[in-house]
Amino acid sequence: MSQVYFDHNATTPLDAAVLAAMMPYLQERFGNPSSRHGFGRSARQAVEEAREKVAVVVGAHPSQVIFVSGGTEANNLAIRGMAAALPASQIVWSSSEHPSVARPCRDLQRQGWKPRRVAVDRDGRFDMDDLAQSLREPTGLVSVMLANNETGVVQDVAAVAQSARAAGAWVHTDAVQALGKIEVDFASLGVHAMSLSGHKIYGPKGIGAVVVDKRVELMPQISGGGHEKGLRAGTENVPAIVGFGLACELADSRRLQEADRIGALCTETERGVAALGGIIFGSEVPRLVNTSYFAFPGIEGETLLMALDRAGFAVASGSACSSGSTEPSAVLLAMGVAPELAKGAIRVSLGRANTGEQVQEFIAVLQVELRRLRSMLSVEMV
Amino acid sequence: MKLPIYLDYSATTPVDPRVAAKMIPYLTEKFGNPASRSHAFGWEADEAVEYARQQVASLVNADAKEIVWTSGATESNNLAIKGAAHFYSGKGKHLITVATEHKAVLDTCRELERQGFEVTYLIPESNGLVDLDKFTAAIRPDTILASVMYVNNEIGVIQDIPALGEICRGKGVIFHVDAAQATGKVVIDLQKLKVDLMSFSAHKTYGPKGIGALYVRRKPRIRLEAQMHGGGHERGMRSGTLATHQIVGMGEAFRLAKEEMAAENERARMLRDRLYKGLKEIEEVYVNGDMDNRVPHNLNISFSFVEGESLIMAIKDLAVSSGSACTSASLEPSYVLKSLGHSDELAHSSIRFTMGRFTTEEEIDYAIQLLKNKIGKLRELSPLWEMHQDGIDLNTVQWAAH
Repeated sequence: MSQVYFDHNATTPLDAAVLAAMMPYLQERFGNPSSRHGFGRSARQAVEEAREKVAVVVGAHPSQVIFVSGGTEANNLAIRGMAAALPASQIVWSSSEHPSVARPCRDLQRQGWKPRRVAVDRDGRFDMDDLAQSLREPTGLVSVMLANNETGVVQDVAAVAQSARAAGAWVHTDAVQALGKIEVDFASLGVHAMSLSGHKIYGPKGIGAVVVDKRVELMPQISGGGHEKGLRAGTENVPAIVGFGLACELADSRRLQEADRIGALCTETERGVAALGGIIFGSEVPRLVNTSYFAFPGIEGETLLMALDRAGFAVASGSACSSGSTEPSAVLLAMGVAPELAKGAIRVSLGRANTGEQVQEFIAVLQVELRRLRSMLSVEMV
Repeated sequence: MKLPIYLDYSATTPVDPRVAAKMIPYLTEKFGNPASRSHAFGWEADEAVEYARQQVASLVNADAKEIVWTSGATESNNLAIKGAAHFYSGKGKHLITVATEHKAVLDTCRELERQGFEVTYLIPESNGLVDLDKFTAAIRPDTILASVMYVNNEIGVIQDIPALGEICRGKGVIFHVDAAQATGKVVIDLQKLKVDLMSFSAHKTYGPKGIGALYVRRKPRIRLEAQMHGGGHERGMRSGTLATHQIVGMGEAFRLAKEEMAAENERARMLRDRLYKGLKEIEEVYVNGDMDNRVPHNLNISFSFVEGESLIMAIKDLAVSSGSACTSASLEPSYVLKSLGHSDELAHSSIRFTMGRFTTEEEIDYAIQLLKNKIGKLRELSPLWEMHQDGIDLNTVQWAAH
């Protein structure tokens, strides 16, 4: 049974202060924000205060923040919602996008859009030449994630946005993994829409937001009742919104406090991994300080994962959403990693509660397990 | 007794303390992502999600495999109606619904009309119920789906879902039912009902906000086009990380609903009847919606000769609703009451009282006294009331223009 949690890019534990802020809204302050009586008004006030906090952390105006049920809905609303307001032309995304971006982009074909997937280089960075090439065609929409969930590679979204804007396109960025780990500023990124999620930043699951430039038209994808200025219907999830707001408020200060320490732990992890013959993906480019993605040639990922779980470490292979499948990671394949190596990929994503001791123990366990697996392999070879 | 008194349980309910207690571990130590397949944090969360799925299925006598998690009934309604309309658009382009449905259904239908579908909006009878013959007559050869709510959110009437289901099945029409207001109040047996899709919400049944479910029948199998894409969660029908604590909360809330429904309905009926008996002593009050085919916790009453806004202001000690919560921020008269043939004035002076698990007799008695007092005072100030008292039929008065 795993006890040490090294999978913070999949989800994070809820901050104790966030839980405390949420609890009253489950019970005594349980009103529906659309109700006009006192119960409703106090819920409405809580929602609006949280909206301000979300806006502040990304340098946007509260009126630009639309609450949704999470990062996946945010990506779907941003892409489908903006596309629905535009005449069909070309839609551009990168080959390392999350499925909740890639799928809606691909599906736009049925509405007459021309899909264009831009390559990433061997380090997982958006290929700017390929982007420039693609933007020669009339393009309505470009979507590129700020930080990759698997590799942690940080894209130069501002540069992409600049080129895309120059070509007359609207730009969306999936900032779900970036928020709380690097500075995220809506205005300086120059994008028209941005997706955020609560549970990746020590907030609750079931809540997220789209931040949208007010000059952009967005067509709602969930109809009924006129909530969120008509852009997203459904009774507001007040406790989760309150929790998300506080998690955003805490994100910057906690990040500044913790980034160096977590970064050092990650560096130590990677030093150990490299010493054991591991290959670290995206190691040449800027990455999230908490994320390490690696593989050991010749070693099966699933076997190693099971051994690590038995030894008490919770890590991921590829992204959580698709890790039910045994397909090699699409992100790694897009980076040109051989399928055999990609299949063995392991992601360590550290968080606030992790310690140096845990990392040292992890490396020690890794060493033992690798030795065991390699000896089994060499026996088989004989 | 604490003021204000909450009599708006159809807008939302507090989370039952027993539900909150089940949720807390999943907000603290059991925080894993149910989609994480490589460690115990994920497995533990996934197990909790599947257990709750079973609890939800059990309340409505469905198979757990037929339950798809969503963010709430609004999303469920959108997914059901758009998902089926898009999937079966090759079969036809006509839909049927009712003018008194929730906005989540009506706005979804409007959106489909923009996409080229045709929708018939049936007008219910003056008691709020759909006439079965009129419903049957509305079905066309190209009708693909009908959507009728189980229990109306404003007037609490219960539609004849068993009969409507038989009609739909006989004509090969997919039948969707918005049951957001029905769970814990009406016995729902999806083995018997000929319902293909059914929407549920947790926060109307003492569960948390932000979680709901859609029942999607497997035999005969109903197909849907997903409305939200991504990691392929919920067998591809609805992507997005599952909010474990909310799901656990919905499961427990539905378990409690199943266990306590009979006793709770009895208590709600006693409280509602007590309120009605008290309010009937006031002159010129009218109940909206059928009194027999109605959930026991709802009373919707029009108070003639009282201006709606003044009434709401005068009874601030009562948290009640005029019109449905979702639209009550606007001053439009309730479209539900207008569909029953009410004038704007009468619709404006209507109040929805909905009682629940934590309502007491003392609170009901307080509400009766308060309403008797305030309505008396408001009518004293009303020249129309005075004219009515003098025996003048206001409908015959020729008003001067100004």
